[in-house]
Amino acid sequence: MQAAGQQTNWTVLMLAVRDQGDRAAFAALFNHFAPRVKGFLMKSGTPEAVAEDCAQDAMVTVWQKAHLFDPRKAGVSTWIFTIARNRRIDALRKSRRPEPEDLDWGLGDGESPDQADIYAAEEEARELGQALKALPAPQRALIERAYWGDRSQGELAAETGLPLGTIKSRIRLALDRLRREMVKE
Amino acid sequence: MNMHVTTIRHHLSDDLLAAYTSGDLPEAFGLVVAVHLSMCTDCHARSMALDVVGGAVLDTGDKVSMGEGALGAALARLDAVAQLPRPARKAHDVPAPLADYIGGGLEAVKWKSVGKGVKQAVLRTDGAASVRLLRIPAGVAVPDHGHKGQELTLVLRGAFRDETGRFGPGDLEIASDDLEHVPVAEPGEDCICLAATEAPLRFKGLIPRIAQPFFRI
Repeated sequence: MQAAGQQTNWTVLMLAVRDQGDRAAFAALFNHFAPRVKGFLMKSGTPEAVAEDCAQDAMVTVWQKAHLFDPRKAGVSTWIFTIARNRRIDALRKSRRPEPEDLDWGLGDGESPDQADIYAAEEEARELGQALKALPAPQRALIERAYWGDRSQGELAAETGLPLGTIKSRIRLALDRLRREMVKE
Repeated sequence: MNMHVTTIRHHLSDDLLAAYTSGDLPEAFGLVVAVHLSMCTDCHARSMALDVVGGAVLDTGDKVSMGEGALGAALARLDAVAQLPRPARKAHDVPAPLADYIGGGLEAVKWKSVGKGVKQAVLRTDGAASVRLLRIPAGVAVPDHGHKGQELTLVLRGAFRDETGRFGPGDLEIASDDLEHVPVAEPGEDCICLAATEAPLRFKGLIPRIAQPFFRI
């Protein structure tokens, strides 16, 4: 699917699932993302057995919703994050997250993304991941915790011993730093 | 239907948007957020940016191995599952996420009178918080009330003013429990709002207090 040594392009694989129902591409996506979804859900306080089921369900949902995937609107990791997040709300809280109307993108529905779009989406995701990894550990941890959720900032204060105001300003600092990293690229 | 409003001045806070992104808001608050995002391009873009960071957190986070045979089990399920279509959303005079809860546009709302010409309709959500539509006749004041916990009020039609400012279509008022306010609908047009509360409102006037049990909030 790509030359050896090149980084896997998840967007290309996702489009193969969408357009050809490509099971090998699905398997590659599963092998990469399912353990990450499981890890993410466990960090959110989900018991392992539930996280395992949710991760599998999330990946099957990726297959079921593949026809809705559009790399011009969201990269693969973003798209899978939103699916995993919604599975967690469903499984743990037996609730749902109302979704907004789609933005008016000014894109024709039938138009397919060109190669430039596909590689731009991948590149952006990679740069953001690198910027996140480049953050000092405590700042990165704060951002991750905001996404793991189900953990109020008040509880965070109890764990870290930091007052709420300090935690909030640190989260802001971490996000500002992330933005600067992104601008530098 | 595109309902974006360009004159919005009162937006979502970072905290609310973060809780919506991580999926930690009660359904009632999530609905108010989703309707605001449907009307406000700025906040919608902020929300999508947070989802992108969520993708990076997922992608760079710790892996936990899936059980043996997990991939085979997933592959075996693929044939049995159908495509999940995008939910069909018809055009209504309210943003789509709200129309989902009403079961149509404003004409389908089953209003109940709560006195002084004010009407409301409670929408069904999970029990962690409650959300309702409020219709306040032009020029009328909603009884002075305080509330336990946060209250989110999003204007759909018309406008109201209270001690903190003016709120028009798309504007969101985020009131904490220490705010006791008297929202007054502006003259000219009835004000229709979507309001979510963590706990029942505590009205201070005698008649509203008696009326409160009927509010079902």
